[in-house]
Amino acid sequence: MSPTDEPQPSPGDAAGGDALAPETPADDTMLLSARGIRKAFGQNEVLRGVDLEVRRGEVVALIGPSGSGKTTVLRSLNGLETPDAGTIEVDGGPSITFGAPGSKADRFALRDRSAMVFQHHNLFPHMTVLQNVIEGPTQVQRVPKAQAIAEAEALLARVGLAEKRDAYPFELSGGQQQRVGIVRALALKPALLLFDEPTSALDPELVGEVLTVIKELAEEGWTMVIVTHELGFARQVADEVLFLDGGVVVEQGPPSTLFTAPREERTRRFLDRILRPFD
Amino acid sequence: MNEDLQLFLESFWPIVWGGITGTIPLALISFAIGLVLALGVALMRLSKNRVVSGIGRFYVSVIRGTPLLVQLFVIFYGLPAIGVVIDPWPSAIAAFSLNVGGYAAEIIRAAILSVPKGQWEAGYTIGMSNAKTLRRIILPQAARVSVPPLSNTFISLVKDTSLASLILVTELFRVAQQIAAFSQQFMLLYLEAALIYWLFCLALSSGQNALERRLDRHVAH
Repeated sequence: MSPTDEPQPSPGDAAGGDALAPETPADDTMLLSARGIRKAFGQNEVLRGVDLEVRRGEVVALIGPSGSGKTTVLRSLNGLETPDAGTIEVDGGPSITFGAPGSKADRFALRDRSAMVFQHHNLFPHMTVLQNVIEGPTQVQRVPKAQAIAEAEALLARVGLAEKRDAYPFELSGGQQQRVGIVRALALKPALLLFDEPTSALDPELVGEVLTVIKELAEEGWTMVIVTHELGFARQVADEVLFLDGGVVVEQGPPSTLFTAPREERTRRFLDRILRPFD
Repeated sequence: MNEDLQLFLESFWPIVWGGITGTIPLALISFAIGLVLALGVALMRLSKNRVVSGIGRFYVSVIRGTPLLVQLFVIFYGLPAIGVVIDPWPSAIAAFSLNVGGYAAEIIRAAILSVPKGQWEAGYTIGMSNAKTLRRIILPQAARVSVPPLSNTFISLVKDTSLASLILVTELFRVAQQIAAFSQQFMLLYLEAALIYWLFCLALSSGQNALERRLDRHVAH
């Protein structure tokens, strides 16, 4: 949706889908390319050279045991972590090299092109739902307020939260908070959406409503990288699954093969543990 | 007894007036300047630059480690010795502002640290700079946390302004002192001054409660 488009007049119409669609439709060109990402926290080497490529419209799931580095990969893509080495290039932006002497990592170039949905939503508690959503567009992107509000309302309507626009975050359920978190990210019109375990802080009965929204975004053609423990969900929405362990990508492939016929022993053991925990 | 009551009533308004024209403006102006100073010092103390945070820590340490009365005397009676002569009012405001700056800096620093790290990250991820995240996301939340301790600081300051009477600033306590010296009724006048300070502080406390309620409206209870 371009900035001049009118917001969808029939909010909540799941078939309409305009408000939820990405600005640039999926076209299979390379959108994200990360190479040789390394990161250590003190003595602890969390990432030991991770490569990640994502095409426009592709959904990539990062899975792996806790401590495998998957969240650190995701945070590096948004400039929330500064890798010790490697390069990241997003959506035709500058190729950002980390760790080379004299190079100045341009975090803002990454944040201009991607938006993050956090595990604990991190909504601004002192702002209403609407204020949360328009904060980035109006304060950072200089979108006129009336336009930002119209777009925010259309997005909120599409995720079923039109009536909550003037509520404060504490008045919402966990699932509603996370949907607002997603809308806040969408309102920035990023090329790339990043999800950091978006459902693992939720009560089980609230997971579905959030996953439904993410699935819808996938169908609309959004490019997404999702760190998740929901393997069933990853299998449904992801085009490519990366299994990380010990700071490296152990195995990657389409979910149909990775989940049913993993090549690596480590992948097999991880999947067994998650899918059949009581065997 | 009747004479006492008459003296009490006659002196009541002059002492209150001393509070309105001396104590209150002294406290308000010093607190405002002190808060600005405090925010600056708090940010210095939070800086990753060791020299900058060291300067902030040194300032807080000196202010908190020396008596306010001594600070006041250094500025008013001490500085003239090195050729810096400052009038009573500016001297008092300088001393009280510097003092508030030291104490409130620690309150503001703690309040900023109490805002979860995820709030900074949420600001960054929507494209905000450090300064903008601080201003739009962090400080409004820190303000809520710091109202009760800052109110304490302000109420202390209102009472501490009585020290300004020692450098010849006409404020509540100095008016009471003058009437007491004239009438020789020390007990009566000093109790009356105490009562009027107390009334001022009661009013401030209710103001604090109203402010807290306003800032709490977006928080679950």
